[in-house]
Amino acid sequence: MSAEAVEVIKEQKAEPLFSKKNRKLLSNPLDIDNPITVQVLGICSALAVTTQLKPAFVMSLGLTIVTASSNTVISLMRNSIPSRIRIIVQLAVVSLWVILVDQLLKAYVYDVSKQLSVFVGLIITNCIVMGRLEAYAMGNKPWPSFLDGLGNGVGYGLILMSVAFFRELLGAGSLFGFKVFESVGLHYQGNGLMLLPAGACVIIGVIIWIQRAINGYRESH
Amino acid sequence: MKFLREALDKAKHNFEKGGKWERYYYVFEAFDTFAFQPNSTTPPKGAQIRDAIDMKRLMMTVIISMMPCLIFGLFNVGYQHFLAIGQDTSVGEMFWIGIVQVVPIIVVAYAAGLGVEFIFATFRRHPVNEGFLVTGMLIPLVMPPDIPLWQVAVATIFAVVIGKEAFGGTGMNVVNVALTARAFLYFAYPVDMAGEVWTYLPEGATLVEGYSGATPLAVASGSVTAGESAVAALNNFGSGWAENIYTLKNMFLGLIPGSVGETSTLMCLIGAFILIFTGVGSWKIMASVFAGAYGMALFLNFLGGNSFMEMPAHYHLVMGGLAFGAVFMATDPVTAAQTETGKWFYGALIGILTVLIRTFNPAYPEGIMLAILLMNVFAPLIDYFVVGANKKRRLKRATV
Repeated sequence: MSAEAVEVIKEQKAEPLFSKKNRKLLSNPLDIDNPITVQVLGICSALAVTTQLKPAFVMSLGLTIVTASSNTVISLMRNSIPSRIRIIVQLAVVSLWVILVDQLLKAYVYDVSKQLSVFVGLIITNCIVMGRLEAYAMGNKPWPSFLDGLGNGVGYGLILMSVAFFRELLGAGSLFGFKVFESVGLHYQGNGLMLLPAGACVIIGVIIWIQRAINGYRESH
Repeated sequence: MKFLREALDKAKHNFEKGGKWERYYYVFEAFDTFAFQPNSTTPPKGAQIRDAIDMKRLMMTVIISMMPCLIFGLFNVGYQHFLAIGQDTSVGEMFWIGIVQVVPIIVVAYAAGLGVEFIFATFRRHPVNEGFLVTGMLIPLVMPPDIPLWQVAVATIFAVVIGKEAFGGTGMNVVNVALTARAFLYFAYPVDMAGEVWTYLPEGATLVEGYSGATPLAVASGSVTAGESAVAALNNFGSGWAENIYTLKNMFLGLIPGSVGETSTLMCLIGAFILIFTGVGSWKIMASVFAGAYGMALFLNFLGGNSFMEMPAHYHLVMGGLAFGAVFMATDPVTAAQTETGKWFYGALIGILTVLIRTFNPAYPEGIMLAILLMNVFAPLIDYFVVGANKKRRLKRATV
């Protein structure tokens, strides 16, 4: 046991891995600081890939991986990035992860990858990823940055999945492709509006409405 | 009346503070208001002139003005039905079919909408507004006569919750609630809302030979591919089973298939007269919608190109739901432009857009619904510019 190891243990004692602050990093983006419903970022993909649960799930997973890992990498590099070219460095890191995710999807779930089409590639320009890098990873240590990225990815995924749940259920009467109504012997006429992006817009609006009603939001003037 | 008053007074203590149904005070209050408000009379001394006009009377005026459309609609539903199955019957029989088909739609629309209103009023602890009285009548009038009732209920609930309550209730909505209901169905269940759905045909009915449920707009739009003039296509339509059904006169009278209450331009004009005479509806908006549509159609005539564009401009005014939309939908005081100058722009743009959508968009044979919804969204912007221009003009005059 060298002196270095002791120091690491000491540091961990000073700030436990899941301290209250770190737990907040994970939980805040799920509700009061949600990237979609509160910060209103990443709306385009939330409207585009949510007609069914499966692509929405894959998309959320992809974005969570990209946000968490880019946050960690950028945070590790943060002290050596010249601030004038930081955006291009961030983009390079993000695109690395996006390409990795894209290739993985193509290799293992080709049909979903086809369905998501350009939207996986567009994660590079997703406001949530860039926003977290700029706002958090550039000024914080790797571990909290990782948690922050993870939290925001999951917060995004949560909304994506709830939108996709209602869109697929109401639009096609199924969940993950399983015909819910038919399996209990009911005929269900699909609601075409839910298959249009306008339907997603309405559902996101309703989610924001419910969230604000629960959290007691008041418009600030 | 006295009996009702006594019954309400008797039940009142249950709903007041401390009563067992305190939560539902506003439900009680709504019934009380509906039956007995405004109950103020002139005092024995002082000003003896008092106008009892309030929102309820305003709304009732609009409903009365819709009655010609509704009554004609009841008749026309039956008329089209017997035309399609090729039977001759009495007018009474036609009315009866219409009543059987349409009254359930009205009941469902009112029940669903008022149900939502009562729930929100109870939760938000505010009085139930009369705003839904008109909407509940407008919704059945813009539905096809054989629409499934559950769709009416779903659309009404959607329109009232998303179109109105989400924005804060009566008077706060951005877009017309009745049209929101129709647009919802149009995009959600296109099978039941577009195409040949405009005549009530019971399951297994034998149809007259050569029957086609195409609407005038679909026929005129189809004339482009057929390569004949739109007027000829309309005049020839229905040969063999309903001669002259789409002549100009017939379309003006409204003896054509369509939504329950919108087919007759004549009945809409009677409604418009009532609205203008009582000062409830804005004549500027109605006039400018018609003028805008007519002007745009004239311009398209001038451009030429295909037979639909070359169709005489006045045909556009009697086809589809333009008259109904102009009179009852565009004039909705909440969603229309508020400034007097703005009303001209607002109405004219509705007319222009309607004809544009009709002629150039093959996916939407009728354009008035989308045109009004779009201009509803732009109405505040129009007002903003009108107010801004007014400020500028007055600032120039100011000497300070």
